[in-house]
Amino acid sequence: MSADSHQEALGRVDRAHPIRFTFDGRALSGFQGDTLASALLRNGVHLVGRSFKYHRPRGILAAGSEEPNALVTVRRDDARYTPNLRATQVEIYDGLEAHSQNRWPSLAVDFGGINNLLAPFIPAGFYYKTFMWPRGAWNALYEPRIRAAAGLGKSPALADPDRYTNRFAHCDVLVIGAGPSGLAAALAAAGAGARVILCDEQAQLGGSLLAEPAGSHASLLEGVAADDWQARAVATLSRNPRVTLLPRTTAFGYFPHNLVGLNQRLTDHQELPDPESPRERQWQVRAREVLLATGAIERPLVFPGNDRPGIMLAGAARTYVNRYGAVPGSRAVVVTACDEAYRAALDLQRAGVYIALIADIRDRPQGALVQAARAAGLPVQTGTTVVGTTGRLRVTSVDLARTDSHGEVSAEARQTIPCDLLLMSGGYTPTVHLYSQSRSKLSWDDKTQAFIPGEPAERVRAAGACRGVFALQAVLADGAAAGAAAAADAKRFKGVKPIRTAVTGADQAPCASDPPLGTFSGALPQPGGATGSMAFVDWQNDVTTKDLALATREGFSSVEHLKRYTTTGMATDQGKTSNLNALGFVARELDKAIPQVGFTTFRPPYTPVTFASFAGFSRGSLFDPIRCTPTHDWAARNGAVFEDVGLWKRARYFPRRGEDIHASVARECLAARKSCGLFDASTLGKIEVVGRDAVMFMNRMYVNAWASLAVGRCRYGVLLRDDGFVFDDGVVARTAEDRFHVTTTTGGAARVLGLMEDYLQTEWSDLSVWLTSTTEQWAVIAVQGPNSRRVLETLVEGVDLSAQALPHMGVARGRICGVPMMLFRVSFTGELGFEVNVPADFGLAVWEAVYAAGQNYDITPYGTEAMHVLRAEKGYIIVGQETDGTVTPDDVGLGWALGKTKPDFVGKRSLQRPAMSVPDRKQLVGLQTSDPHVVLDEGAQIMQEPNQRAPVRPLGHVTSSYHSALLGRSIALALVSGGRARQGQTLYVPTTGGGDVAVKVTSPVFYDPEGARLNG
Amino acid sequence: MASLIRQSAQITACSFVRQLAPAVRYVLRGGPQVLTAAGKALGLEISSLACRAATQGAPGAANQMAVADRIPVSALWLGPDEQLLLGPDGRDFAAVLIPALRDMPHSLVDVSHRQTALEVSGPHATALLSVGCPLDLDLAACPVGMCTRTVLAKAEIVLWRTSEDVFHLEVWRSFAAYVSAFLAEAAREIAR
Repeated sequence: MSADSHQEALGRVDRAHPIRFTFDGRALSGFQGDTLASALLRNGVHLVGRSFKYHRPRGILAAGSEEPNALVTVRRDDARYTPNLRATQVEIYDGLEAHSQNRWPSLAVDFGGINNLLAPFIPAGFYYKTFMWPRGAWNALYEPRIRAAAGLGKSPALADPDRYTNRFAHCDVLVIGAGPSGLAAALAAAGAGARVILCDEQAQLGGSLLAEPAGSHASLLEGVAADDWQARAVATLSRNPRVTLLPRTTAFGYFPHNLVGLNQRLTDHQELPDPESPRERQWQVRAREVLLATGAIERPLVFPGNDRPGIMLAGAARTYVNRYGAVPGSRAVVVTACDEAYRAALDLQRAGVYIALIADIRDRPQGALVQAARAAGLPVQTGTTVVGTTGRLRVTSVDLARTDSHGEVSAEARQTIPCDLLLMSGGYTPTVHLYSQSRSKLSWDDKTQAFIPGEPAERVRAAGACRGVFALQAVLADGAAAGAAAAADAKRFKGVKPIRTAVTGADQAPCASDPPLGTFSGALPQPGGATGSMAFVDWQNDVTTKDLALATREGFSSVEHLKRYTTTGMATDQGKTSNLNALGFVARELDKAIPQVGFTTFRPPYTPVTFASFAGFSRGSLFDPIRCTPTHDWAARNGAVFEDVGLWKRARYFPRRGEDIHASVARECLAARKSCGLFDASTLGKIEVVGRDAVMFMNRMYVNAWASLAVGRCRYGVLLRDDGFVFDDGVVARTAEDRFHVTTTTGGAARVLGLMEDYLQTEWSDLSVWLTSTTEQWAVIAVQGPNSRRVLETLVEGVDLSAQALPHMGVARGRICGVPMMLFRVSFTGELGFEVNVPADFGLAVWEAVYAAGQNYDITPYGTEAMHVLRAEKGYIIVGQETDGTVTPDDVGLGWALGKTKPDFVGKRSLQRPAMSVPDRKQLVGLQTSDPHVVLDEGAQIMQEPNQRAPVRPLGHVTSSYHSALLGRSIALALVSGGRARQGQTLYVPTTGGGDVAVKVTSPVFYDPEGARLNG
Repeated sequence: MASLIRQSAQITACSFVRQLAPAVRYVLRGGPQVLTAAGKALGLEISSLACRAATQGAPGAANQMAVADRIPVSALWLGPDEQLLLGPDGRDFAAVLIPALRDMPHSLVDVSHRQTALEVSGPHATALLSVGCPLDLDLAACPVGMCTRTVLAKAEIVLWRTSEDVFHLEVWRSFAAYVSAFLAEAAREIAR
């Protein structure tokens, strides 16, 4: 924007660009640069919503993000349907479709308004008291009804079609708020060479300067007008490549170590958003120094009927007139406790508004603005309070009364003054939300009667109105000083980050040039000291002084309890306009000072942030990484059905035409038993353990004895946690004197490496041994079955596959299809089997070669489901299925693996506890149902007797259960108390269908118990 | 039988992201004397500075990748006792290093196929990476030649700045599809 394009007294909107939009279907027009709120006011629309609880007609209270009333829904289409937006922040574009909320059938005639008449019966906490009986009705009846009657906008029913992106950023100084102090701070920090990010929630940078009338403050702003200064400051900053300017960007959360979350709205203001553009960008900014220039929020006054449409904050009215050229009424009464309202009255009068009266609750206001208003002929009446208002859908008059020197209201001498606009000001509350979110201390400031930044807990400082500095010249000086100091601190502490001990908020010079402008918190005095009715403290949650008074009478004296009981300050606006009035009121009720009543902590977000902003790209196919093995595409082409195993996609089974999962798994299992099966085991974790002390390390980690393992041999290893319970298992090969190739379970890969590194780095840092993950280096192709040797023989070079040269648990290096191979003779099926390890980029080609070579033997690819059945037929456990973190090696029949002569290994001491060897521990057994067709439920409990009634102590549970095509019956593995001694017994297993199934306890090995087939 | 051709993990390319040719990769672990000896054997001045890469040949040789598409012999500092050695496919590091490091405690593990290399380049490279990488990529904080383990969105990567606007990413094989698709999605708003 050029410096002089907005110099007319018509505000900063572009009158050459009219904008058409609708509100509740009504066609209206505004100008480019209008917010929905300013455009509605320009059209004389004050009634914009119904309140949350009483459905009272509500208008526009404020001009910024603090707006509690004017919540609207903006709809582009059924999927782009955004509820609960503040009309004061919605920028209009051609065709904008806005709707009011929480009303039926229409905004002007709302049936829910009956709640307003019922108000005496629904005080604070009414739902705790009234709807307690009968108990079941709360969920079924009361809560749904209350929810339907109360509330905000509706959620969209369709998935969000837009894109949301993220950006990590770093800077020396993050300046939050681009009003006068923020601009001055950014200029000073950037001038000192700092990397600066300046963000502001509004579309334009400038903050309160944007609400100054054209050409104002020439004497205060270095000899230039406010709007010129703002334009020059922004231009200077935007030319600096080390400065990032972020308008429409709300700093919503302050997280530890100066991480600040920003939400940037990119397209919501556009008529035709670029489909490639994200709708929002979330910035995660790590700042060396954070500088808060968040300004202050005007405080409403609390009096009966203070919520009618047409009643607004004085500063908001001034903003609408000066910034938007939208005049919110024709006949105004101003009620104030603060000089700033006089400034608003003067500006409104210049814009043609008739100021019927300025009613000041103070006895003798003396400030320069008061004198200016008097000099301009505005009627001022001091020592005056408001005792009521009238007007259904818009204020029509205000009732005033005089107060005496004790603040008592005299019953006589009432005045009723007609008006269509009632402005109010209780002074300004510094916006300390983010300062509080940073866990920094707030301190009570008597001068401003508000909480201001105190002892910082982060590298944060505040400048301008958010620390109680209000006069413009002082604000500019404060901002510049803070910006320079922040830049210097950022430079000084580069690289090292000591916690700042000096209080930078407080060590800045106090601003002597800042005379108190007047402030008030709590409720205005009423006749007879009554609290009045419908005197709203929290507009958005419909909390009145009556509610707060009732709560204090009921004994709630802690501000934290009061807040939750009355819900004051708990609406989506987090009490931006209500907190201090609630505190002031409660303090008076309890006869305490405000700092004694205390203050609740602010929490993120400053204003609501969409879920999508946090999700970013993490949805759909990018929700999580999808890890695929080298043979994935082959499996997909060959009809595999995949399952998720952690982040991996694994082929679960390979159905042929017409086959269901059972038929497919049965065929795959039989192929592996009778001829040859092909299985992708690439997802198994692999860790290369290398170093002079590799054997010692392995001896300490695993239960097994490794010194006796010869090079070229492998062994089944069991890993415990230090509590003695099984943590992971896998085959470990010794490939050289100082080198082990360790395999882990698929899910255990990362945690086993983590556990090993933990021990290595913290307990055994003296060992000369290193760990390297090789999970993805190798594609692992399991070739299993009596014909597997014949299939591989044609492809393998340099390895003798005979049983003598490469016996079960042997390892050999050679080549396959011309590429290097590590060949393991291992079996997780109980058949003769090999696992071909080749570098992953060759995995698919070798797989295809093996598959082609196996055609003579009807080689059959099998998935994880068949793998599970095959190993269960052999009684091989799966960690996480047969084990659950409470299972010792002996419990699952792996006691043989323990190196009993080893001095120590992880978990050894715990295994020596008496409880680890009592005879009634749950032990792995097999179960065979009396009816061979019944497949037990995995997880089913096991009972001593049939049809027992709860409570009953089960003997154990089923861990694995399948139909075995090979055996022609169902099989199950189970953990049963004292199970090994129960072989032959009949026990009972309840089924989900009802009734118990009789089962016989057997050995967990159902097939080839001698293991003859392994050695084929 | 003829040797098979390497098939790297498939990625989603976009105008700012491409896949580099298959490479040889080793993880070398060991003390200072091991690293010095390895550097000598490979013709490299292996960095003792944290997070700095050494590349064979003239300074800026890594830069030439954009032309040659082949990764020059390089050593990336990933830890006080850990270097990631990179080189063009076919280079037999083991044959050079095993004799050179004999009798010194060390670990040398072939991870050539464990990961694949992506290159993110162009004037938007830092902005693009900053969508998912929390590091400060300002030249002052991340100069040319810097390398480090970090994350990109939900994947772990090794990030190596080979020139002002070129980054080399080492990505585990099964995460390459995710990382490249994430970058392509992030690039949509600037890919015009």
